[in-house]
Amino acid sequence: MTTWFKRCGVALAILALDLGLLPFRRPLAAAALTRSAGFFWEVALVLPTITVLIGLFEVWVPRRLVEAHVGPGSGAHGVLLAMLLGTAAAGPLYAAFPVALSLRGKGARTANVVIFLGTWAAIKLPMVLLETSFLGFRFAMLRLALTVPGVLGVGFLTERLLAADQACLGVRPLR
Amino acid sequence: MFPILLLTCSLTALALSCRRDPDRTRQALRVSRKALLGMLPGLAGMVMVIGLALALIPPGALADLFRFHGLAGFALVSGAGALLTMPAPIAFPLAGSLLKQGVSPAALAAFITTLTMVGTVTAPMEVKSFGKRFTAIRQGLSFGLAILVGGLMGVLLK
Repeated sequence: MTTWFKRCGVALAILALDLGLLPFRRPLAAAALTRSAGFFWEVALVLPTITVLIGLFEVWVPRRLVEAHVGPGSGAHGVLLAMLLGTAAAGPLYAAFPVALSLRGKGARTANVVIFLGTWAAIKLPMVLLETSFLGFRFAMLRLALTVPGVLGVGFLTERLLAADQACLGVRPLR
Repeated sequence: MFPILLLTCSLTALALSCRRDPDRTRQALRVSRKALLGMLPGLAGMVMVIGLALALIPPGALADLFRFHGLAGFALVSGAGALLTMPAPIAFPLAGSLLKQGVSPAALAAFITTLTMVGTVTAPMEVKSFGKRFTAIRQGLSFGLAILVGGLMGVLLK
């Protein structure tokens, strides 16, 4: 528990800084605090539910199933599934990390994990709609058409580069 | 809307799981609690850093970045996009207003792509989950991809 509090150090230090500044630089400190609070609220709405799903996934989904569908040797099928999983969800990228970690722990291929993260970050239907309305159809579609192969490339390249460096392949399980 | 959808999904899944096997469900919730506690310090740090950064950066400063033209300007906005992390509902309207002010689509495309795929503020969380090397390679390649997408869009949208 003490190490846990130590890991909160950055957050606590900035909180202390914000509060300390409050009497002297009121507008700045107040703005920082309200922005953080708003952002925290956004996180708090999404994260606990995601972790509940992760817990259920860990307990119910057998490793065999994940390995067969997105593991090494799953080929194009696995890539497609990783992309579908990434587009289906619409949370911010930090919500994807624990999900990706869980997939990796159950034997998903590195390339598919990276593709999943990339799709989650850059290729989401609600975001494409938003982009179309603000930047135009041509801009959004062109960026999408260029990003999809790009994400695939980043996925496979990351896997290659990581495999080249065997020492750093260590998979850390969630538990 | 997304949080509500997600909440409905997970509550339904939780109920189903509980009916099938209460013991296993308890075990699942233990895993959830551990994952949540594990992520909280990094997240809290990120939230505080972004709050302070947004308060320190004057509202017009970001738009000023796009005033630089040419290759240097291109590099500058891509770098800014990589440093910052912004929710899409804020990022796209901002990009839209910049486009109207005459900012090149290439710079905007690079900016949006780095904004969503690369994140210095989220990097500590990624390192904790996947290690330094994974994070460096993934973010580095994603940054390269953003530059490439931006450059290609500059050529194609002419």
